Amino acid sequence: MINLFINGLPVSVEEGSTLLEAARFLGFPIPTLCHKDGLSPYGACRLCVVEIGEEPKAKLVSSCTYPAEEGLKVRTASSRVVRARRMVLELLLASCPQSKIIQDLASAHGIRQQRFKQEHEDCILCGLCVRMCQEQMMAKAIGFRSRGEKRSIGTPFDIKSEECRLCGGCMYVCPACQLRCTYTEPERPICGGCANLTPPCLEKRQFDDMMCFMDPCVACEIQKEG
Amino acid sequence: MIQDIAASGKQQVSPHETVDSKGIVRILNGHRQQRGGLISVLGEIQSQYGYLPEDALRVVADETGNSLVDVYGVATFYRSFRLQPRGKHLICVCLGTACHVRGAPMVVEEFERRLAIQPGQTTPDREFTLETVNCLGACALGPIVVVDGCYFPGVRAQDVGQILEKARLERVEVPSMVAASG
Amino acid sequence: MASLNSIHHLKAFLGRLLGQRDLNTSTLVIPAGTCGRASGADLLIETARQEILDRGLSEKVLVRTTGCHGFCEMEPSVLVEPDRTFYPKADADSMVRIVDAVARGDVLEDLLFKSPETAQPIRSADDVPFFKGQNRTILSHNERVDPTSVETYIENGGYSAMVSVLEQGDPRWVVEEVKRSGLRGRGGAGFPTGLKWELLAKQPNGNGKFLVCNADEGDPGAYMDRSVLEGNPHSIIEGMLIGAFATGATEGIVYVRTEYPLAILNLKMALRQAYELGLLGDNILRTGLSFGISLVKGAGAFVCGEETAMIRSIEGKMGEPRQRPPFPVKRGIEGKPTLINNVETWANIPIIFRMGSEEYAKTGTNGNSGTKIFSLVGKVKNTGLVEVPMGITIKEIVYDIGGGPVGKVRIKAIQTGGPSGGCIPAERFDLPIDYDSLTQAGSMMGSGGMIVMDENTCMVDVARYFMNFLKDESCGKCFTCRKGTQRMFELLDDFSKGKGTLAQLDLLEELAQVVKDTTMCGLGQTAPNPVLSTLRYFRNEYLEHIEKARCPAGVCKELITYSINDKCVGCQACLKACAAGAITGEKKRQHVINPELCIKCGVCKSVCKVEAIDVA
Repeated sequence: MINLFINGLPVSVEEGSTLLEAARFLGFPIPTLCHKDGLSPYGACRLCVVEIGEEPKAKLVSSCTYPAEEGLKVRTASSRVVRARRMVLELLLASCPQSKIIQDLASAHGIRQQRFKQEHEDCILCGLCVRMCQEQMMAKAIGFRSRGEKRSIGTPFDIKSEECRLCGGCMYVCPACQLRCTYTEPERPICGGCANLTPPCLEKRQFDDMMCFMDPCVACEIQKEG
Repeated sequence: MIQDIAASGKQQVSPHETVDSKGIVRILNGHRQQRGGLISVLGEIQSQYGYLPEDALRVVADETGNSLVDVYGVATFYRSFRLQPRGKHLICVCLGTACHVRGAPMVVEEFERRLAIQPGQTTPDREFTLETVNCLGACALGPIVVVDGCYFPGVRAQDVGQILEKARLERVEVPSMVAASG
Repeated sequence: MASLNSIHHLKAFLGRLLGQRDLNTSTLVIPAGTCGRASGADLLIETARQEILDRGLSEKVLVRTTGCHGFCEMEPSVLVEPDRTFYPKADADSMVRIVDAVARGDVLEDLLFKSPETAQPIRSADDVPFFKGQNRTILSHNERVDPTSVETYIENGGYSAMVSVLEQGDPRWVVEEVKRSGLRGRGGAGFPTGLKWELLAKQPNGNGKFLVCNADEGDPGAYMDRSVLEGNPHSIIEGMLIGAFATGATEGIVYVRTEYPLAILNLKMALRQAYELGLLGDNILRTGLSFGISLVKGAGAFVCGEETAMIRSIEGKMGEPRQRPPFPVKRGIEGKPTLINNVETWANIPIIFRMGSEEYAKTGTNGNSGTKIFSLVGKVKNTGLVEVPMGITIKEIVYDIGGGPVGKVRIKAIQTGGPSGGCIPAERFDLPIDYDSLTQAGSMMGSGGMIVMDENTCMVDVARYFMNFLKDESCGKCFTCRKGTQRMFELLDDFSKGKGTLAQLDLLEELAQVVKDTTMCGLGQTAPNPVLSTLRYFRNEYLEHIEKARCPAGVCKELITYSINDKCVGCQACLKACAAGAITGEKKRQHVINPELCIKCGVCKSVCKVEAIDVA
């Protein structure tokens, strides 16, 4: 067992546990976007940063990927952590304003303004869908492409993947939802607009237990009308 | 980028030709025991075809047991890989810091203006491909432009026309190191 | 070449070559690294060989092609041994004359290097100010060794360090020697090398361990690793062999960036020679040491210089860094313990064992021992590679060795450490060059790029340049690195167009701090340095851009206009050169630039011989 301190409280966790697990065990809330139980930790969204060590060597690390270390002193809500989280959320809002999850997090952290040029990207590249596809569905239909500002998630060559079984797992885990519905163009990747909204189409009888990628979904219809 | 500069002097498979999967397998076999396998395999495919054809990537994925997503990810992650065929002449402008402070951006702009393409693009007549590189390590000679393997040191915007003309007439001299590598 | 199968054999082989060494026959040494060949060294070599052949001088005059000597500005050049006469900027015609003069034992005064102060010719390379101020422990080998010939490496003491290590026979002693030498990683962060080796040596040996030579010199403006790898590849092999003996590593990898074709070529050849001699492979010299080295080419990704990204790349994957810990020394390539040192670090290893750790530690300052190679480039008179003891001041490098500014324009800063580093203003040129001083000043050692900037360099533009570089080179995994560098670029781009506000300046600073704090790998953590250091020392320039919409250095295009002053003699050079057709004027009359048509390409300014073009 590894013994460490979180916000001054001692805690023992199994070797290989992450700081996030340790903090949640004690009930300290840490916001996350790219973390999901059952998927491997990735550390992309940087929202879960916590402060470790002591001045002047104190530093921020992502709690979802950092392993618990013996004697480590962790602070989950120091002023440095809060300042960083607020900036991360402001950046997220500036790029992806329509996500309910991001809006709620920003609101909870007291973000009242957004000082960057407003963009309307959808995907925050958290990679949940990629890991879902690979680790839970064993499909590897989608993945990261390119790097830096050109980085994106999708299928190879942007055409429908032979690996994809249209399970919809990627839309289910998406906090922002980039993957748009096939609608009438079956070659294009599937959508997840419905994961963020209450999809009225599902209430219609003719859709029964169909998933939106097979027929018009509400997200597409909103776009079409707009 | 540089490795196919080296190949530019050699006979290249025309991009319209279909990919010979046996050839790809041969390349794969040559790299099976090597470290960094996938990257060197893609490098060799590119030096043969001038770019990475879609079919070739599919063969690589099938033969190596990698998923296509991973192969495609690697092919798009690294800057020296190209998924589109390139032109007959490859122009590569160094944008390292030393070249930048000595005026490389103006040189790139002049190439862009004269060829009417952006870096990463190929002219419609498939004569020229313009690319930029982040440092060729010949910083003392900046700004550096490499055309079909020939290094032009100390390039200024007004030299661009002449360089293009030389390339078009295939009058560039390739230093021995480039000719020998690849 | 016969394979050697005992230490005794190797010693005899070294001794034989040392005995054969010919120090008296005149030799034309022609540096033919990438810079040399790019500026025409191939032609010199060919001319020299032909001339010697034609005139039957093969016995009297020898030719040796080597890697880069460092004074790249003066290439292609010729160094005549044994008297070390230095002929800079030679061409085919002068080469013919040089061969003739060397055969007669003469010196051609008109071709010699001229002192910048007195215009007097300087004969010996050692008296040229650029070389004089240096301590060329590593680079001097580049003059003596033909990189394609293992014999010339051995003739100059090569592999003798390996012999002494194998004879000593105690790996722990080797690690201790490296620790005592005080060598710190030359890749930039300055981690003590001996300590790193000790950590690897302690790892269990069950499944093998890796040694990696990081030759992914991605910092734009730095090329010392290229030059060492091109000019003296066997020194890296020898260093890694010593490392393998000390740490129990079983496999070595040199990760070279693909932009360095000559380094790849020369290293390949050197590896083949080492395998043929039995210096690499199984049971080397029957000592029980087994170690092989393979070469892995990068494919153009700056982030692969980061340890964990490089490991991924070696495994053939996308170069995406991962969380440390676990550190590579515990879990690296294929999950096995892996140690990564930079090219220059490895090149220092044989030197430590040739001179002894105590002697080695005498160079430099306490805590920063040995020499460091810098690539001195940008707006300075003498550009090239300089090797100096750690701890000398920036001033000594820029003015004594570099010769100061090119023209009348004042030098205002140097940039060190590439995109991870920062700018240091001229007022602080008394700063000693070592890991800690540079970090305190807001920059970092980095791999050793040193770019000189003068009054014609705009610091906002420099910061913008680096952000543009980084937003493309970030792997894109960490949201704050990917989006943070994009947003910083966006803000800087606005400033460079005169569209910024003071509130945005504060936002930039706030964002820079958060990016530094919240990213996973070294690339992201140091990415804001160019912004933070220019804000710290050159805030005024930012304010000029924001408050007055002015670029004092005359760089930011949106904020400047070109005009022609009354110095114009009407020569029409600019008129003919102007691609936009923006310049009009009659012969021998002052010309005019039409600002509507002007595309601000700067061609007119570079062709004007009378300084008649103003930029404001």
